[in-house]
Amino acid sequence: MSVRIYVPRDSSALSVGADAVAAAIAREAARRGADVGIVRNGSRGLYWLEPMVEVATAKGRVAYGPVAAADVASLFEAGFLNGAAHRLHLGNTESIPYLRNQERLTFARIGITDPLSLDDYGAHGGWEGLRNAVKLPGAKVVSQVMDAGLRGRGGAAFPAGIKWKTVLDTAADQKYVVCNADEGDSGTFSDRMVMEGDPYMLIEGMVIAGLAVGATRGYVYIRSEYPHAIAAMEQAIAQARAAGFLGPDVLGSGKAFELETRRGAGAYICGEETSLLESLEGKRGMVRFKPPLPAIEGLFGKPTLIHNVITLASVPVILERGAAFYRDYGMGKSRGTLPIQLAGNIKHGGLVEKAFGLTLRELLYDFGGGSATGRPIRAVQVGGPLGAYMPASQFDTPLDYEAFAAIGAMVGHGGIVAFDDTVDMAAMARYAMEFCAIESCGKCTPCRIGSTRGVEVIDRIVRGEDHGRDVGLLEDLCDTMINGSLCALGGMTPFPVQSALRHFPEDFGIAARRKAA
Amino acid sequence: MPQSDHAAVIGRVIEQRRHLAGALLPILHGIQEALGHVPAQAVPQVAAALNLSRAEVHGVVSFYHDFRSAPPGRHTIHLCRAEACQSMGADKLIAHARARLGIDLHQTSADGAVSLEPVYCLGNCACSPAMQVDGQLVGRVTPDRFDEVLGQLEGAK
Repeated sequence: MSVRIYVPRDSSALSVGADAVAAAIAREAARRGADVGIVRNGSRGLYWLEPMVEVATAKGRVAYGPVAAADVASLFEAGFLNGAAHRLHLGNTESIPYLRNQERLTFARIGITDPLSLDDYGAHGGWEGLRNAVKLPGAKVVSQVMDAGLRGRGGAAFPAGIKWKTVLDTAADQKYVVCNADEGDSGTFSDRMVMEGDPYMLIEGMVIAGLAVGATRGYVYIRSEYPHAIAAMEQAIAQARAAGFLGPDVLGSGKAFELETRRGAGAYICGEETSLLESLEGKRGMVRFKPPLPAIEGLFGKPTLIHNVITLASVPVILERGAAFYRDYGMGKSRGTLPIQLAGNIKHGGLVEKAFGLTLRELLYDFGGGSATGRPIRAVQVGGPLGAYMPASQFDTPLDYEAFAAIGAMVGHGGIVAFDDTVDMAAMARYAMEFCAIESCGKCTPCRIGSTRGVEVIDRIVRGEDHGRDVGLLEDLCDTMINGSLCALGGMTPFPVQSALRHFPEDFGIAARRKAA
Repeated sequence: MPQSDHAAVIGRVIEQRRHLAGALLPILHGIQEALGHVPAQAVPQVAAALNLSRAEVHGVVSFYHDFRSAPPGRHTIHLCRAEACQSMGADKLIAHARARLGIDLHQTSADGAVSLEPVYCLGNCACSPAMQVDGQLVGRVTPDRFDEVLGQLEGAK
């Protein structure tokens, strides 16, 4: 009987040699006359173990990793087709603590199935949410999303149900659903994993949304830095259409929903929703004034439901298992689970999906295992390049939108980037301003000019020309950017800057000078 | 490729994609895929086809980092500069790459072999530092690994 072997096709796994490993397994199996079938699955998200190879045995799936092509012959020799011991043997995949201690709702299938197999998707609960949704009037579906307490996972954490209701209640000859897959925040990759590892789930979420609010057309705007995600989504859309999950008559409901991908062009600002809509319309990605809200006047001036990938991908499970099931996870006003991404200088980097409420310390040490370099973790940046830098004294903060907001930080899209004690926080503050200057759309002055002035004033502070004057100037500048910018890029770039200055003044030469004075 | 051939390629891309809603970005991507860059002559041609002004088309080409107005080298290496990669030594890697190739970011080596470009996140943040070589993602890049990958590129040794 053929033995099934899983080698991820996830682009991060490919970046560390998964294709070479798959080829070596096929070669070695042929040489030995072993009957194997290789499945290219998504990643389980245990990235320090990638390429992680799994073998389906009588006792479940057994994992080996990180596997290099040169290890393959010895794996066969050791009997890995039967799950035998080997230096890279990790035991049953499901019992690896990093995975066992998670609560995977959105990521339930990722790494388990063949991402593009409609049979696999259907066999693992796929389309159940959509089947339930087509039987309900749109307003009932909207109230399920509202009752689940789902908030936008892109970063702003706006209640999803309110957006859905607004689009539903706005009459128009054409409405749209737009998926924001412009995942530009450093330290985030959960959108990419969904698109590469379970694309039908995103399609299902978008179809449910479209039918519920009365939109007949959807777009997935994917950043150009993600070629594998674009290819997977395009193939999945074609196959879903052929199977009747998309098209003029979704699942015999008599309702139409068409979906296509669009490719970004390297502009970070297009992750801001109004700028993304401009880009979809074929224009410069300039931020729009709000109001009007996109839910009322969005793409091509029509009511548009625009959400991040994870928000839309969370919808099928809500419609499959019910609003209460989803709402029962989490704390306070942060309901459900969050796919958290551990990144940067961390020993066990990867994807951790958990209910809201666990602390940064649990994530960094229990899951993350401390820094990759073995040095103390000095700072973490949560929520991408616009997120605050948090020192060790704040590591007991629970992951909860309100708890983070209360200390001037943000959960954002759930990316956590760790830095060890060699980091220069003045350089990170300068980089935050530099990044804003590179990526500013240029529409508002605080962001366009302020970011460049920010780089200059941080340089002067570090040179120590006139500390009192320049630190005051930087604080003033940050205040102007926060209160005077049109969108979050200019309005939140000061957060990493101010937090670096507040928690790590010694890196700006401030403590030393105070002492000397 | 002579200019008249460019015009034919651009014309074909326009015909294939002009029916799309918001067709300008898909058309520009198509031109760059075919020619390696968006030549200046594309601007009036695209503007005429989409009933836009040349200024509008030029404004879009120049807004997005992806679109180049001049052809790149035979190979393009995108080095990630974002925070996660910085935490794992991206600055040192970039300094190494610049010294090794004798060029700065946004430049192409004198023999036309390699263009070096910055990129802000490739979504490979758990395998930092990362780079993209001719569209292929490479993770856990050390200076030695960089040299190894460079050595495998045709005509870039």
